[in-house]
Amino acid sequence: MKSKTDDKKINKALLLNILMITTGITLWWFIYKSLPEISSWATYSLLQIEKGSHIGSSIEFFLYDTPKVMMLLFIVVFGVGMIRSFFTPEKTRAFLSGKSEFAGNVFAALLGIITPFCSCSAVPLFIGFVTAGVPLGVTFSFLISAPMVNEIALGLLYGLLGWKVAAIYLATGLFIAISAGWVIGRLNLEDHIEDWVKQTNASGLAMEEESLTLNDRIIYGWDAVKEIFARVWLYVILGIAVGAGIHGFVPEGVMAGIMGKDSIWSVPLSVLIGVPMYSNAAGVIPVVEALLGKGAALGSVLAFMMSVIALSLPELVILRKVLKPKLIAVFVVVVSSGILLVGYLFNIIL
Amino acid sequence: MEIKVLGPGCKKCSKTEKLVQEVIKETGVDATVEKVTDMMEIASYGIFGTPSVIVDNEVKCTGKVPKKDEIKVWLLK
Repeated sequence: MKSKTDDKKINKALLLNILMITTGITLWWFIYKSLPEISSWATYSLLQIEKGSHIGSSIEFFLYDTPKVMMLLFIVVFGVGMIRSFFTPEKTRAFLSGKSEFAGNVFAALLGIITPFCSCSAVPLFIGFVTAGVPLGVTFSFLISAPMVNEIALGLLYGLLGWKVAAIYLATGLFIAISAGWVIGRLNLEDHIEDWVKQTNASGLAMEEESLTLNDRIIYGWDAVKEIFARVWLYVILGIAVGAGIHGFVPEGVMAGIMGKDSIWSVPLSVLIGVPMYSNAAGVIPVVEALLGKGAALGSVLAFMMSVIALSLPELVILRKVLKPKLIAVFVVVVSSGILLVGYLFNIIL
Repeated sequence: MEIKVLGPGCKKCSKTEKLVQEVIKETGVDATVEKVTDMMEIASYGIFGTPSVIVDNEVKCTGKVPKKDEIKVWLLK
């Protein structure tokens, strides 16, 4: 039993945490708002680089975007980390098993965004879902949405390109996850799951439910920040460096020819370039930002970004352990078609 | 005491194993650690977040690297 002094201690810690978070956010806001001035001052006054030069424009982009992306990433990952502490793959599975097909696809895609999930546990998760009676197509909706529509991408798109692009990304990502999962479900490919999966009895040991306090959730969010930063910081800096190079040295409008909306080949080309590339949202989005600035069409750029983060070779290799080659091929084809469709759609309507 | 660390071998899984080993050393608890990397076996425990730690057939954590303090509590119980 907890004693009264213990309770007081916890309350004090909580208060302290809340105080620190409020101060942190206020400070964050002020620094964030003054980033344009700081980066411009650092480039042209501190480093004495000539205004209007290619290199100056690149460096300013880099010095502006790096802290901006890092700061956005920080706040988004922390917030989503706290939200995620309410969800577990176990709860998601319990919720999804027994859902009808279409509704199941929709819920799976939505839960894919907020359920904590690391691609290295894609296989046990897949087995856990399928053996618990979650339909194959619904499982795929989850597996597609989880990496593609993620909080890092959403937060960065919102911060760098505005809420419209972020909303388009969210809507189309969900659309692809729902429809691709539904199509895979309709194709009746259950026979193309590796045989050992079906023989696995995954009911095994279950863990007792943990109850978390608000303080625990704050720690959870903080842990998420540390973990994600350790994983992505290098990608972010490389991505921004590439973006900065494009921003400073690629002439205005060049991208309009290659990735512009009038070129029929731009969307499939973007997907072809994107699939073998393995990066994460945090690294791709600064590149995307720079490409858009040089006249690339939104549809082509969306297609590029989605194929980089949703279809990756390492993930396919992991999934091969549970899926026979035909099902892997169907997965790649269906998801790429969805991405192509979205790319063309946006190039036509915008 | 029988401890199993489950994970296909990503960074987080090896970190979890290392932490468990460290705690055993620090506390001097008599325990064996087995690393389970086989997907089939992992799945048969009914867990689908890795890394996961199982102490004497009881699932202690899934889907995250546990903190040292947490591990201590499991081992000293």
